[in-house]
Amino acid sequence: MTYTASELMTVNAARLLRDGDRVFVGVGLPNLACNLAMRTHAPNLVMIYEAGVIGARPSRLPLSIGDPTLVSGACSVVGMYDIFSLYLQRGYVDVGFLGGAQIDRYGNINATVIGDYHQPKVRLPGSGGSMEIAAWANRCYIITPHQKRRFPAQVDFRTSAGFLGGCGEREASGVRGKGPQAVVTDLGILQPDETGELVLTALHPGATLEQAQANTGWPLRAVRQVQITEPPTAEELRILREELDPQGIYLKGS
Amino acid sequence: MEKHPPPAKKTSAAAPALAKIPLWYNTDMTNKLCSLTEAIAQFVHDGDTIYAAGFTHLIPFAAGHEIIRQGRKNLTLARATPDLIYDQMVAAGCAAKIIFSYIGNPGVGSLRIVRAEIEAGRLAWEEYSHFSMISRLQAGAAGLPFMPMNPTAAGDLERVNPNYRRVKDPYTGREVVTVPPLTPDVAIVHVQRADVHGNAHIWGIIGEQKEAAFAAQHVILTAEEIVDEAVIRSDPNRTVIPDFVVDAVCPVPYCAHPSYTQGYYDRDNAFYLEWDKISESPAETQRWLEEWVFGVRDRAEYWHKLGEEVHRRLSVRPRLSHPVNYGDY
Repeated sequence: MTYTASELMTVNAARLLRDGDRVFVGVGLPNLACNLAMRTHAPNLVMIYEAGVIGARPSRLPLSIGDPTLVSGACSVVGMYDIFSLYLQRGYVDVGFLGGAQIDRYGNINATVIGDYHQPKVRLPGSGGSMEIAAWANRCYIITPHQKRRFPAQVDFRTSAGFLGGCGEREASGVRGKGPQAVVTDLGILQPDETGELVLTALHPGATLEQAQANTGWPLRAVRQVQITEPPTAEELRILREELDPQGIYLKGS
Repeated sequence: MEKHPPPAKKTSAAAPALAKIPLWYNTDMTNKLCSLTEAIAQFVHDGDTIYAAGFTHLIPFAAGHEIIRQGRKNLTLARATPDLIYDQMVAAGCAAKIIFSYIGNPGVGSLRIVRAEIEAGRLAWEEYSHFSMISRLQAGAAGLPFMPMNPTAAGDLERVNPNYRRVKDPYTGREVVTVPPLTPDVAIVHVQRADVHGNAHIWGIIGEQKEAAFAAQHVILTAEEIVDEAVIRSDPNRTVIPDFVVDAVCPVPYCAHPSYTQGYYDRDNAFYLEWDKISESPAETQRWLEEWVFGVRDRAEYWHKLGEEVHRRLSVRPRLSHPVNYGDY
């Protein structure tokens, strides 16, 4: 069975979700991962969208996180202030998905700017909800292709907090969430060690530690027993291709 | 402002019998109906701070296009997600500054024109997270001097934007992050239905519609339908915006396209993808503005020009909620 890098990452991200999790869903692959999890092992997943939708049951894949299909049949819809204060800040969100152009050694994310903030070389979309999601969701996941430019030792700009400088800095800051718990790439999975440094804990079938190290901007360490992930099943791929992204907007290519 | 009589034909009479409005309530006295052209001419001035509300849903594109047609300049454009509406207004030269929390084309990628203008140093900007942005509006709407938030530990946005401050919580001694109120000169808020006074029903994603309306000095309300006041009063829990914060009520069917109005028409995702290509080229962008903004008189003409195939593609099947019983007391 062949599959694309995007399909591989989406399937592995979906498997990280637990039945009953309340998930703050982001656009793109996280959106697909949550919808896949709900159709497989996590039917009681509660999908929360930052547009204010709680318990969405979309009948089609939403392109944006504010699509009307999220509203029809949802459990509730609240305003923007309520979703961020009553739900996220208060601590009712189990999982947040984050994305960004850069992720550093300690899981801090840059989604704001490459280069100087005031004279940006590349201006990125910015925080959106991610500054608060990274701080206040119980656990966070990141999906990103494994490329050196995406994994610098230090991000140019800390849009959202991982483990800051490592070694307990995040805990000392007093933010409530546990921080990034896994980074799913097209080569494997990185997870924080006890100091908050991201280390390789799993490889996808066919990928090697050397490949992962060559595509990481800091000396990437691996745990003693690196797991090999199960390849995507025929059923997972069928749901992704036939039900969730039949036009291949997100999953085609690479 | 020139007042128009309420429309003779009610387009959306609710199915059940509606309570009669007593005769002593003079409906004409607070009639704010006017055309969108008149409302923009009267309330939007060069240099104003504008908040065109709507989180993905109900974005008042027709108002953005009318502002472009009337040639407003040096505006400060505030929106959590500037979306295509501000990309187009920036492309048309209306803006001096943008206040935002996410400058992307949702689900597609970059908001190319805003991004290019910022990178070129031609557009001033002020940046927040979504929560700080809505907290600013909330403070403005509630008449508070600032809004506190728990710290997020990220730090860098706080460092580059001096509007973020920290104060000590007087009760626990812990630090909280604060942002000042945002009080736009004009908020433009699109709704499903409103009466001629400006009492408005909204359903679906309600985003920051209410906060923007209360925070602003003036409110232009655009509505898919103007309904009898009795329709509004039949379901008061759905009234998100009360008439007394509203200055103008403009009937503008299809105002939100390529955004959407829940239950009325779908989001035009194909256009959001197409804009990604159009906005790659300044020439193509200007050609698009010529054709679709300057080339039409108003939203009715724009919608007609989109053609039947688009109308069909964006039409939605009904999915009604279960009625609620308010009780007859």
